[in-house]
Amino acid sequence: MANLEPTKQRRGLVAIDGAMALIVILLVVQIWLLSATLEAFLAGHPGPVIPAAIFSGLLFAACFVLNAFVDRVDKDSRRT
Amino acid sequence: MPLLNNASKDPLWKDEFSVFTSDERYVTRRQFTKFLTLASLGMFVGNLWIVLKSYLAKKPAYFPVQVANLGEIPVRGVKLFSYPTPQDNCIMVRTGEDEYVAYSQKCTHLSCAVYYSAKNDRLECPCHQGFFSIKDGSVLQGPPPRPLPQIVLEREGGKLIATGIKVNGNG
Repeated sequence: MANLEPTKQRRGLVAIDGAMALIVILLVVQIWLLSATLEAFLAGHPGPVIPAAIFSGLLFAACFVLNAFVDRVDKDSRRT
Repeated sequence: MPLLNNASKDPLWKDEFSVFTSDERYVTRRQFTKFLTLASLGMFVGNLWIVLKSYLAKKPAYFPVQVANLGEIPVRGVKLFSYPTPQDNCIMVRTGEDEYVAYSQKCTHLSCAVYYSAKNDRLECPCHQGFFSIKDGSVLQGPPPRPLPQIVLEREGGKLIATGIKVNGNG
């Protein structure tokens, strides 16, 4: 009975769904980055290895922050 | 940092096993988000592993090896040899009166052995019709993603000596 849910709960769910979608996009980019880096490394081109690792770290940090955001929204929304 | 603070003072089990049906959706989403974040950490660790491998990888040591005598093979003739280890098969082609080229014989697609087609003047992989230029080993056609590694040849008197491997970069 979604119509009977408190507004705050529904908003929380929407925010969590948005954050999850963003994490999925970041993860797809990370998977592509890992496969491209591995391909370059195995081809004998180690040049992009370090920039790729830094960028992958930044993507992980973004995922971690989004995860913390989801945790926070979850706890705020559920206890109304 | 308020974003990272735990807002709940409840024990963990109350967070994970809610008695309210509406809260269940939150629990599953939160767990899925955690799983995605762990997967992201896995990707990051994978990238770090590649960095480590690239630093720890031994630089291959190449040593000079005599592969043929000058004039030993006819023009457009072929000689097979191994370099730098007995497992690394290579193919040498005499492309002109005084010109020799040598490449790794492993196709860069799926490692089938390439052979020289004198009719088309190119190296051909019979498995998936990958063709390589005889001049520089670059890919002319087919699925190979990279050029063939080229064996560096030097002359010493009447001998042809392999002294190293050149990986062409236009892969």
